[in-house]
Amino acid sequence: MERIIENIKKQFPLQDVNSDHGWFITCEKKDVISLLTHLKITGGFTHLILITAVDWIEEDRFQLTYLLNNPQLKIRLGLRTFIERSVWPDESEMQSAHHLWPAVKTYQRELHEMFGIDFPGSPEVNDPLILEYWDDIPPYRRDFDTKKYSEETYFPREGRGSNDPAEYMKSQLYPNEGGKSQDFPQEISKKSSGEKNA
Amino acid sequence: MLDYGLKNRELFPETKSDGTVDIDLSSGKYTKVWQGPNHPGITGNMSLELTLLGDEVMESKTHVGYLHRGFEKLMERRRFINNFPLVCRICVPEPDFNEYCYAAALEELAGVEVPENALWIRTLILEMARLQSYLMWLSGQVGAFGFGIPSQWMLYCRDRVLDMFEELSGARIYHIYMLPGGVRDNLPKGFKAKMRETLNDIVPLLRDYERVVFNNAVFKKRAKGLGYINPDWIEEYGITGPNARGAGVPKDVRKDNPYLKYPELEFLPVTETDSDVYARAHLRWRDVMMSVDLIRQILERTPDEGAFKADLPSMLHWKIPAGETYVNAECTRGEYGYYIVTDGSGYPRRVNVRGPSYTHAVTLAEKMMVNCNIADVAATLVSLHTYPPEVER
Repeated sequence: MERIIENIKKQFPLQDVNSDHGWFITCEKKDVISLLTHLKITGGFTHLILITAVDWIEEDRFQLTYLLNNPQLKIRLGLRTFIERSVWPDESEMQSAHHLWPAVKTYQRELHEMFGIDFPGSPEVNDPLILEYWDDIPPYRRDFDTKKYSEETYFPREGRGSNDPAEYMKSQLYPNEGGKSQDFPQEISKKSSGEKNA
Repeated sequence: MLDYGLKNRELFPETKSDGTVDIDLSSGKYTKVWQGPNHPGITGNMSLELTLLGDEVMESKTHVGYLHRGFEKLMERRRFINNFPLVCRICVPEPDFNEYCYAAALEELAGVEVPENALWIRTLILEMARLQSYLMWLSGQVGAFGFGIPSQWMLYCRDRVLDMFEELSGARIYHIYMLPGGVRDNLPKGFKAKMRETLNDIVPLLRDYERVVFNNAVFKKRAKGLGYINPDWIEEYGITGPNARGAGVPKDVRKDNPYLKYPELEFLPVTETDSDVYARAHLRWRDVMMSVDLIRQILERTPDEGAFKADLPSMLHWKIPAGETYVNAECTRGEYGYYIVTDGSGYPRRVNVRGPSYTHAVTLAEKMMVNCNIADVAATLVSLHTYPPEVER
């Protein structure tokens, strides 16, 4: 594996190589497609495992990860890149890799829908995959608040209490560790846990 | 009336070099049919939008989203241990692979050493999960061809395995027997004898199933040559598991990236060469027999006593150092994996679930359905063994 990384380093400027928990290399946005093509065609990394994004909202950037597998040598390599994180309704942009693997277009469709990352030229990228008629912030971004959304969209059922799982478990399991057990009336929390089980 | 059939091909639109066809819906030749989301031939809540000419499929589009619960997002807002009841619900028929991948990824990131006993018990649970999921599939595949009785036999066998899960963990479907650092307990007393008895009871039924189904003239006639997967597509489309092994490519994570105690067990990945529905069904039947053999080997070697869980700090205050990892396992449908990114806090930064159905149900199914007869769509889709919850997580 070290030899493969050395070979890549000779041809592409890598920003970071990390082998703590599996091999992950980081390169610049503009090198991603050529590096993917290089890995697929000459590196033997013919199997694409997944493409996903991580939202680093504090640093104003998205991390894109392409996980590849070499079936001959039975090794795995993660290729990471960072792209600018635009503020919704503007979309971030990344080059499309749909010409390399047919399955890529589905991943890119999902990323467009869930993170608001556009891949110009990718087939069907504007078609919704999972969400229909969604006009809010792309829901997998960190600034989308699931709790607020569900409170606005759905109505609460009568007689149901709600509680923060961490606080609730603290109060129930570790009362000596300073849990706030007085926050909810006891009977409501009992009732709600019973209902959830049913 | 126009005769749409094999003889009259000039009525069909021409296929372009990239495999697509121009479909003019206003011409009145075509019919749009939605197969699903409520259809007995669809495995779960997804639907296929089929464009038909006569009874032949011209174009297929997979629609998912009927089951989206936003697991990956929900996990970011919960502590590591709070996520356990969530992960197993990502794939209902096979929760244990989710539990294993999630727990193993956290152990990898936190640097936790798992005791020997726990590794054996985890291997046992994963093999039992494989067995019960395959049994349900064997039932569903012949069900799609209209065989009622062998289908019921397999469900009976699956119920016997679920009984053993109940014996072990107290639950039939969502076991949550694995935890970060190990498992909940050693095997209960008498479990090994009961498990062996269960295996001895289901093997004769499996042999009957083989005689009844794989020698059946109707099944052979309909399944042979149907749903062909070209071996060249395997890498292109990211096909894994039985769908790849049915085409003669021995892809098996248990051999390729060995995990748990698989390197110490004796087995070889089962392969077939015909790559049609019949070959994949037979391959899965052989996989079941291999799974039975593996469980017998594991039972032989699992210790009865000893440490089963690593010492960990209180789960509520557990913080995992920043890092990222990918952990995978071979489930019944192929490679199952968890990509987890942590940022040093008590919550995961991002969890991405790689279900094998993601590529099988969308890109591959859309390609395979073209030129397929409408009556064979259900059988082909079942033969890919797809579960929609993995696609939409």
